Amino acid sequence: MKHARIAWSGAIHDAVESDGQLLLTQGPHAGRRVAFEEVVWLPPLAPTAQARTVIALGLNYADHAKELAFKAPEEPLAFMKSQASLIGHKAFTKRPPDVAYMHYECELAVVIGRTARHVKKADAYGYIAGYTVANDYAIRDYLENWYRPNLRVKNRDTCTPIGPWLVDAADIPNPMALKLQTTVNGKVTQSGSTADMIFDVPTLIEYFSGFMTLNPGDLILTGTPDGIVDCQPGDVIVTEIEGIGQLTNTIIV
Amino acid sequence: MTPWTPSGTVYGTLLNFRREWDMWSPRMAQDPHKAPPKAPVLYVKSANTFCPAGQDLLLQDGVNEVDIGATLGLVMGAQAQVVGAALLNDWSVPHTSYYRPPVKFRCRDGFLGLPQQITPGQVQDWATLQIAVRRNGELVQSVDLHQLMRDVPTLLADVGEFMTLQPGDVLMVGTDCLADGTRLRARAGDQVEISAHGFASVVTTVGGAA
Repeated sequence: MKHARIAWSGAIHDAVESDGQLLLTQGPHAGRRVAFEEVVWLPPLAPTAQARTVIALGLNYADHAKELAFKAPEEPLAFMKSQASLIGHKAFTKRPPDVAYMHYECELAVVIGRTARHVKKADAYGYIAGYTVANDYAIRDYLENWYRPNLRVKNRDTCTPIGPWLVDAADIPNPMALKLQTTVNGKVTQSGSTADMIFDVPTLIEYFSGFMTLNPGDLILTGTPDGIVDCQPGDVIVTEIEGIGQLTNTIIV
Repeated sequence: MTPWTPSGTVYGTLLNFRREWDMWSPRMAQDPHKAPPKAPVLYVKSANTFCPAGQDLLLQDGVNEVDIGATLGLVMGAQAQVVGAALLNDWSVPHTSYYRPPVKFRCRDGFLGLPQQITPGQVQDWATLQIAVRRNGELVQSVDLHQLMRDVPTLLADVGEFMTLQPGDVLMVGTDCLADGTRLRARAGDQVEISAHGFASVVTTVGGAA
C-alpha cells in the first residue's frame, strides 16, 4: 500500500493510492477519491508526539564519496536534521541569491515502525514501517569544516522534500536492490542503485540503535550515489526510486 | 506536575564561549578545518536524549564518563520569538575533534538533562546570567553568559538566516570549557546540579550499566 498525507478541502487527510487516484481513508470524506492534481502533498508521515528524529547519511555510496574526493568512511558518517526542514511532493525549494552550487541528493528514506534499541542486523527489517523518497538538497557554498556537513548546508528551510508516498515495508521485499534516478527538466542526471550503499539499511539500524533509541516515525535518509549537478531557479527536479515513487520539486528564488 | 520536555527540536551551539574560541583560534586555519567557522556551528539533540527531571542518566554502551554541559536553552514561541528559557545539561561523550558531526557523542539516550519547568521571559532578562555547576555538592564551575561569542540576539539572527526556529524548538547558547580546554566530567555515582537565579535546577544522578 502507498500512503499519502494531503491537504484538501480545507483540512489534512490520510489517503492511499488507488487506481491512479487518492482514496481518502479517514474522516468525513472517507471513501472519496480525489485526483493527484487536486491536493497539496504533505510529507507522508503521521505526526509524532515529540519532534521526530531525522538522521541523514553522508558519503554512503562509494561512487559519490569518490566524486567528492573522499575515501569511503569506516563507520557511517551521520548527521541530524530537523523535522521542520521537511516539505512535501510538488513543493518549492528556495535557492538563495548569490550561491554558486546547489545540488539535489536522491535518497531512500527509511521510516521506523517500532521502538528500536540494540537491534541486530538480522532482525532490522522487522523495525521498518516503510520507505519513501527524500531529496536532501545541499548548498555547497555554505560548507564549513566544523561538524561537517554543517546545518547551514543541510538543515535549511524548504531544502528536504520528501514523498510522495510512504510505501509499506511489506511491499518492498528487497530495498537493497532498487534503482534510483534523478532528472532535471526531464534529463537524467543521476542514476544508481541502493545495492551500492556502503552501509546497507540493516547495518545502519544496528549501528544507530546500538547507542540511541529509534522511535516510530523516525527517519533515516540513507545517502545518495554520484551524479549531482547544480540546480537553478525554474528547474524541475524529479528524484525517483523504483517501486517507491517519483518526488517532484521546483527550485525558486 | 508532569516534568517539562521539549515539544520541538533542540539545537546546540558549538564554540560560543570566548575562552574555548580563543584556545581554538590558532588552530582554526589548520587541517582539517582550514578556516574559522563563519556561521554558527550547530548540532541537534534528538528526542531520545531528553532526560526529564527526576530521571537518572544511565551510562551504557561502553561510555564510562561524560562531559558536563551546563547551558541555557532558549524556548521558542510563534514568529521565532523567545518566550522562555531553561537550564539544561547538554551531556556529551568527550571528543576532541570538531570536524565531523557529533551524533554518537551527543545523541545518546538521556544525554539532555531537563528541569521540571521552563522560566517565561525575554532575551534581555538573561544577558548577564551566571550558571553554577555543582558536582557532588561542590561548586566546580561558574558559567557567565557575558562571555558568549555571539550574544543571544546575534545568535538568533545568524541562525534565523538559514532556518526558522519553530514554536517549541529550543536553541542552546553553548557550553563553556575549563581553563585547560577540557570540560568537567562525571562518572557513575556522581550527582550533578546546574542552577541559576530564577530557574528550576537540573539535578542528575549518573548511573552505570551493571
